[in-house]
Amino acid sequence: MTELGTESARLEIIGDDDVVRVRQLARSYAQQVKLSLVDQTKLVTATSELARNTLTYGGGGAAEIGIVRDDHRTGVRASFQDSGPGIPDLDLAMTDGWTSGNGLGLGLSGARRLVDDFELDTEVGRGTTVTVVKWSR
Amino acid sequence: MDAAAEHLAQLVELLRTDSEQLIHRWVELTAPSLRGRLTEAELHSDSRELFDALQQALATTGNVNDSHFAEVKGLLEDLSRARARQGFSPSETAISVFTLKQAVSELVGQQDDQNLYRQVLTFSTLLDVLGLRTFEAYARTREGIIKEQSEQLLELTTPVVKLWDGVLAVPLVGTLDSIRTQIVMEKLLQALVDTGSEHAIIDITGVLAVDTQVAQHLLKTVMAARLMGAECTISGIRPQIAQTIVALGIEFGDITTKASLSDALRHALRRSGVDVVATARSGR
Amino acid sequence: MDRVPILRIGDVLLVSIQVDLQDQGVLDLQEDLAEQLSSISARGVVIDISAVEIVDSFIGRMFATIASVSQLFDADTVVVGMRPAVAITLVELGLTLGNVRTALNLEKGLEILRGTRGRTGLEWAQPPPEVTR
Repeated sequence: MTELGTESARLEIIGDDDVVRVRQLARSYAQQVKLSLVDQTKLVTATSELARNTLTYGGGGAAEIGIVRDDHRTGVRASFQDSGPGIPDLDLAMTDGWTSGNGLGLGLSGARRLVDDFELDTEVGRGTTVTVVKWSR
Repeated sequence: MDAAAEHLAQLVELLRTDSEQLIHRWVELTAPSLRGRLTEAELHSDSRELFDALQQALATTGNVNDSHFAEVKGLLEDLSRARARQGFSPSETAISVFTLKQAVSELVGQQDDQNLYRQVLTFSTLLDVLGLRTFEAYARTREGIIKEQSEQLLELTTPVVKLWDGVLAVPLVGTLDSIRTQIVMEKLLQALVDTGSEHAIIDITGVLAVDTQVAQHLLKTVMAARLMGAECTISGIRPQIAQTIVALGIEFGDITTKASLSDALRHALRRSGVDVVATARSGR
Repeated sequence: MDRVPILRIGDVLLVSIQVDLQDQGVLDLQEDLAEQLSSISARGVVIDISAVEIVDSFIGRMFATIASVSQLFDADTVVVGMRPAVAITLVELGLTLGNVRTALNLEKGLEILRGTRGRTGLEWAQPPPEVTR
């Protein structure tokens, strides 16, 4: 996946208010690369879901959000990292409605539908990293 | 100083001493291809600026990829963009660079110096590279213009119209692609908010074909409208499209569909409590 | 953190969400509403989200919870003023919210609760099938 450039920032996710901060940061980058209002909303919603996952299931972690570019377009990339228990059954976790906590179980599968690129890296006992990109159209 | 650097210095010296003459000849050679669409004065100032930047870059290096050429490249891109917007063709744009080759070789041809001549060949290769850059910048600008125009066209071809108090309609015409459908649907939903309309009719009588994605976007729009507190009706599904929808296995579920726009309007009016038989504005 | 104010207009409770709510704020609001519903006999609850820029699954679940709680007190819940971008995103997210009713704006939401109009936006549709882009 495309690497982040200098226009990026890192946020610790250790509490409720950090989820709000992630949303605000994602929004400001989305505006910078001129995502359409609908795409901004989709990206911010996806980051909100993923940040909450990091907090609830990963026991906290960090988010790294920034602008990415390839030859033809610009976008926003957001990466969420935790050192939690990891996800034992990925296929199950990506299923609509499945949840290990008390959520609606739309976190991962829902977030994936809201973005253009979605990458998930998990290892039981080591933690989980989810990276998403929304490109300007 | 090695031999190549020495020759380069010789060339730079030549460009410096004969700059007036060169620029004059360069403009003279370029002007006919621009056929009066640019004044001589404009062309002269463009050329001088480019010439000065080029001369400055060459004083340091002969390598076109070096950072010292950044200004030259920047100027070239500005020039190409301007030419593309003014309606010049790509060759007419590139020729503004290539004619400098001729101007320089004419000048050098008067002198009988083998080394200098070789240097001019290198210089002309460098100009070829720069000339090609104008093509790229030109193409990018044109792509931008085409995109702008197709967006404008989209605005023009998909009006959201008010049929009645509280009833909006979008008549869709032509071929629907995924992006166009999304844009139109966003526009429709915003219009519902702006006008406080609780009914929308998406009329697809003029639509030639729908694929799965387009049908999905239509369905999602209807669902989004419901979340906002409004009802959407899809009207004008032609027989071929009805067959496609069935063949693709797309579920329209509980979404209201009507054969014609007038049926859809009657349906919407009835739901908002308007009786069409009575005098026009009874009810609300 | 400030709690979201709950206004009482006649027999309707009005909540207007004006800030980017933290999860704790969402839980507080649910609690406060349940408290109010139990102490007065309200006909309904109107949640105005016209200023809300995003609704994620957590906030979406709040609407469903409030609707279910208010039903226990024989009151209806109407969510009003959802922005188009938010609605499109919720459909894509695949959120279903059961018995939440929706209206374009506050005025129409109040009309629904006063029973002066038919029921619209009653059932939220099923999430769309997966679409690959």
